[in-house]
Parts: sequence; structure tokens; C-alpha cells
Amino acid sequence: MAKRYVTYGLVGLTVATMALAGCSSTPSPSPSSEAPGAPEVVTIYGTPTGNEGSQWEASWQAWAAANNIDIQYTGDRDFTTNISTKIQGNSLPDIAVFPQPGLMKSVIQTGKVQPLDPTTLATLQQNFSADWQAYGTVDGQQYAVPLDASAKGYIWYSPSAFEQWGVTVPKTWDDLMTLTDTIQQKVSGPVWCAGFNSGDSSGWPGTDQIAEYLLSASGGDVYDQWVSGDVKFTDQPVADAFSALGKLWLDPKYVNAGFGGVDTINSTAFGDVAIPLANGQCALTNQATFLEASFADAKTAAGTTPKVAPDGDIWAFMMPPVAGTQSVVGGGDFAVAFTSSPAVQKVMNYLASGDYANSLITVSGATFITANKGVDVSKEADPLLAQAIQTLTDTNTTFRFGAGDTMPSVVQQAWWKGTVDWLNGASQTSVLSQIQASWADA
Amino acid sequence: MTVTPVSRSTRHVHHTHRTLSSPWATMGAIIIAAVWTVPTLGLFVSSWRPANQITTSGWWTFFAHPEVTVDNYTTTMNFVSSRITVAQSLVNSLTITIPATVIPIMLALMAAYALAWIDFRGRHVLFVAIFSLQIVPLQMLLVPLLRLYSGGVEIGGTQIIPSFPANSLGSGFAQVWITHTMSALPLATFMLHNALASIPVDIMEAAQIDGAGHGQIFRRLALPLAMPTIASYAIFQFLWVWNDLLVATIFTSGRNAPVTKILADLSGVHGQQWYLLTAGTFVAIIVPLIVFFALQRFFVRGLLAGATKG
Repeated sequence: MAKRYVTYGLVGLTVATMALAGCSSTPSPSPSSEAPGAPEVVTIYGTPTGNEGSQWEASWQAWAAANNIDIQYTGDRDFTTNISTKIQGNSLPDIAVFPQPGLMKSVIQTGKVQPLDPTTLATLQQNFSADWQAYGTVDGQQYAVPLDASAKGYIWYSPSAFEQWGVTVPKTWDDLMTLTDTIQQKVSGPVWCAGFNSGDSSGWPGTDQIAEYLLSASGGDVYDQWVSGDVKFTDQPVADAFSALGKLWLDPKYVNAGFGGVDTINSTAFGDVAIPLANGQCALTNQATFLEASFADAKTAAGTTPKVAPDGDIWAFMMPPVAGTQSVVGGGDFAVAFTSSPAVQKVMNYLASGDYANSLITVSGATFITANKGVDVSKEADPLLAQAIQTLTDTNTTFRFGAGDTMPSVVQQAWWKGTVDWLNGASQTSVLSQIQASWADA
Repeated sequence: MTVTPVSRSTRHVHHTHRTLSSPWATMGAIIIAAVWTVPTLGLFVSSWRPANQITTSGWWTFFAHPEVTVDNYTTTMNFVSSRITVAQSLVNSLTITIPATVIPIMLALMAAYALAWIDFRGRHVLFVAIFSLQIVPLQMLLVPLLRLYSGGVEIGGTQIIPSFPANSLGSGFAQVWITHTMSALPLATFMLHNALASIPVDIMEAAQIDGAGHGQIFRRLALPLAMPTIASYAIFQFLWVWNDLLVATIFTSGRNAPVTKILADLSGVHGQQWYLLTAGTFVAIIVPLIVFFALQRFFVRGLLAGATKG
């Protein structure tokens, strides 16, 4: 008898849960289109979750409320895998935000992505450089709106130490090499610190720097051909980039400040370079803007938390150009629309606008930057990020995505591994031909 | 003839019983239990330590310098992802898990009863066919199911199964319930079939002679006798659905996400807040622990249900 009550109880509980779930979920999607004044729902699907996801939501919240649109955002760490499933299964969000252009282009080629409407296209062309527009173009059609951006290739240093040594920020790569020698003589020890350890993706900090050097030395066209596999790893431009950086990384005179010899580069975690830089053991290191966060846990020689400012303990300059104008290797997120309702088009147009860029960079607690030329840089409180935005929106800047992220993933992994092997003593030629051989599996 | 196997198996049971309760075996079991519990203990201790200590020193150093904080738990409980908190996601998890446990058991029970006791042509083939579906991996179902949900089924222009109201990222919880039910049915049918088939024929015949129909036999006889198996399968299914992340990420939208999805988000995009996972884990396992301890007396019996047959 008692057991039967348990069964009935469970069934009752199930029905109750289902009924409750039905009550709570139905009112949001269906009756909204009928009731006048109820907000229209636009779904956005992207990678950031948690705090980062909430910060994204905050960036469009005010506009959406003012325009009576309910933007429902879903973040998914496995976005890059799951979006393919959703596309094959015909279960699509209104807007998807892709973290890298390679995957996005293959998705556009499925034909399920809507081309930008004329209004959004005009806003996009007004606010973004040709480099950025090109990432969202397939067969002459424009599909994608860049949402945010990131910049790599910052060289971190200590302004107070520079003042003490009587040196200034270099303007060219050659200046940087001279500066390295000068500092080396002043401190009579290694100058640079580097850490390439990052679990199963160890080596990426090195590949980033090779990409930065190659883009700067050989220009955007060679870089694009290299990314698409037409310029080989065994060709001269890549060999030059390896040799140039090898002069720093493979010379115990220059590395690895604060850690030991050349061999410690592979064993040092990429974020740990903040520690010797903060306490003065290391003079220079190359890492993206996110290194700024690592200084919060570091200590200066005096035992205080380093102040990150142009006149403080820690600051950074962009890797100076090898030849020509400033170039930036970075990343960004791109929004594409799978549906074409007026509300979705309004959201896309807003994401391309300068107003959105201003809202994005002023989200509290966040460190977003943008390549949108409609942005008002004076609204950015963090001077380092303001500097990055200025470089990104400068019409003379050449911008390219990180080469590894755009190449097939087998090549990227071979390149990571090759970089690690190279620092472990393998010869440059054998490493380069090994990386090139991985293209066969791509 | 029938006496020999019974007495042999009785002797066998006695022997096993003696072996398992020897002091050495007990000691071995205690050691294994201790070793298996150490990681969980470490996690538990860590969850009460301040963030900077978790990230810089091992949990065992806690005993030398005890410093307790509830910060990890408060941060975890106040964590918001896709506009829902951890507490709301726990409610979502229950909303997903209870129907996704009860529905497959109800369906599988009826199927198992029919396969075991109703004599119809081809039932053995059907039973093997159902169980062999067990080899289809869940991952292979995702795309066909998404298509089914978003497009429905049409044959010759007639809508056979309608599509779910398309709030494109998932419609409420129905998709998750149905997906879990589908993937659970083969194993559920198999386990419950074995339990029902082991009811002695005499009892069933006696019931039939007394005038009971299939409906009555099912409710009065089969259901109570299969209770241990039902309970142990319910634990399996409950834990499986509660811990599921894949189906949840594919078929739920932001605000319907279960606790596993929110916990996956807890560590941050670059994994910088991984120390919060210590507290998050314990928040998430409370409900499965309650379920397990409430039903555990059935668990061992149910585990043996398939094994001791014959």
C-alpha cells in the first residue's frame, strides 16, 4: 500500500513539475507577439559565460530596453562545437557571435546566414576598416559585424627602470634590439623573460610573437598567403621571423630573466612572467593586454602591488614595427544573423554603431576594447586600453587575426609543439619542415 | 534435480559471505574506501579555504594553518550566468531531472511487462531490437533530434508531428525531457524486463486463475515486485540526468540551464576562478546525495537484479 502511494506521489510530482515548467516558460515566447507593447525577443548565442557573459549583456541592456527588444543571451563555453550541431539540426539562434573568423566563414558557406541589410551594411562600412570588413565577407557579400576586439603584441616594461637607465621606448624593431643590448650592459644579466607553458597548448605565446614579427616585417599580403598555406613555413619570411626572435630567445645573454636559462622558457607558465617584471628582475616581456590582470597578484621589490600606468611601476608599448607602419595581431568576436526580422536587423545595426562601441568600453568592471572608429576613446578609463583602441581604430594600422587561430588546428598544434621543440634545442630548419609537414593532414 | 543447484548456490553464498567478512577483507575495504574518499575530502576542505590559499598551497596545509571562510559558498550562490543564479539553476535541474526520471520508468515498465508476460508474435525479436538500441551513442542523436524539434515530421505535405514553438534556442524543458527519455528507454526496458520476467510463473498463473486481467496484475503484482529494480534504476537515471551537461547545453536556452551548465561557467572564460568549483561541487551534489541515501537500500538489491537471474 505504502509503495503504491510512493508511485502515485512520484507521478503526481512529475505532472506538477511539468505543469509548473509549462506555466513559467510559455508566457515569455508566444503571447509576446500579440500583446501590444510587449518586447520582441531576439536570441543571441555566443562564447562568454559567467561574469564575461553578464558584461556582454550589460553592454546592450540599456539600448534594448529603450527600443523595446528583449535580447536573450545564452553563453556556451563549447560554442565552437555546439554551433555546428545546432546548424545541422536547424535549431538556430537569431544572432550568433563567433570568436574566430575561420569557423564563421565555413558557417556562412552553409547558406543559412543572412547577409547584412543595407542600413547595417552602411553603418559597418562607415565604422570599420577594410581589414575588419574582409573577415566577414564571403563571395563579395558582407555578413558579419565585429562586436569587440583584442590586441596582442604588447611589450611590458617598467617606466621607472627605463628612467633610471636613461632609455626610452623604441620606435622600430632595430631600436628594440639596441635597447636590449643597452639594458643588458646596464644590468649585466638577462633582459627578457618569457613563459610558453600553457598545458596542452604550450608554445602559443611564442607562435603569437612569430606572427607579430612576420606581419610587421613582410606585410599583410604575405601574412594572408602564409595563413592560407600558400607561403610555406620553410619559406624565407617565416625563417626570417624565427631567426629574428631566435636572437632573443635562444641567447642565454638575453633570457630568461628571473627564471634561469633558455630551457626555463618552456617550463614557465605564461602568466608568471608578471612576477619578475614586477619585482625588477626582468626588464621586458611580450604578452597581450590581459597580462595586466596578473600584476594584481605580483609584488614590486618594495613589496607593494605594482601600479600599472605610464608613469607607474609597469606599463606597455606595442611591438614596434620592423618595417613600414604599425601592425597589430589580435582577435575579435563577430556577430552574424540567422534570421532577418526587423528587430534582429535593428540589433545588428546597433552592434555596428559607435553608440554600441561606447557602451561596450564603459561596461563597469570589464576590459573590452573595440576597433569601431565611431568610438569616443575619451570614455575609456584605463589608459592602456585607450591606447589599444587608438591603435586599432587608426586608419594606418594593419590588423590581422592571430595566424595560429586562423590556420587549421592540426597546423596550429604542430606549430605550438615545434616552437617548444625549437627552444629545447631542435634545429630551426628541422622544426620548420616538421611544422610544414602538418599541412598534409589539414 | 532441482535441489542440487540450490544447495550448491547456498554453499557458495555462505563461502562468499565468510570470505567477505574476514578481518583482512574488512581492512582492505576500509583502506580502499579511505583512498577513494581522499580527493573528495580534499575538495571539501578546499571549499572552506580563502581563495588565495586554495590557489597557492595544497589543501592538507589547512590542518597546519586552519583558516575558514564561507566566501566561496556565498560567491557561488550569488553567481549569475545568463541571468540566472545558482539557486535558480538548481530548481531548473530538479525540473529537468524529475520528469526525465519518471517518464522513462513509466514507459519502460509498461513495455517490459508486455514483453515479459503478454504473448505476441515477434516479442523476442522486438526485445532484442530495443536493447540493441543501447549501442547508439547519445551524441549521434543530437542532430536528428534538433531537426525533429525544429521542423517536426512531415510526410507528403501532412504534418505528422508538429514542431515545437520555436524560441530557436530551445522551448522550455520539453526537448530535454524527451531527449533524456529516448536515450534512457533501451536500458530501462532491459533492466525492468529482467526484473518482471523473474517473477515465478506460478504466481502469475494463480492471479490469472483468480480472474485478474493484465491491468490488475500489472498494478497489484508486477509493480510491487519490481520495486527494488525500479528504485535502483531511478537512482541511476536521476544521477545521470542530474550530472548531464551535453544534452542540457544543446537543448536548453540560457534561463532554463541546469546547475551543471552554470557550474561549468563558474570558473570563468579563462578558468581564472577555478577555486570556486570546490564550493560549487558541493552545492551541486547535495541533491544527488539525498536521493542516493533515501533509495540506497534498494540500490545493491537492484544491482544484483540482473546478475543473479537463473
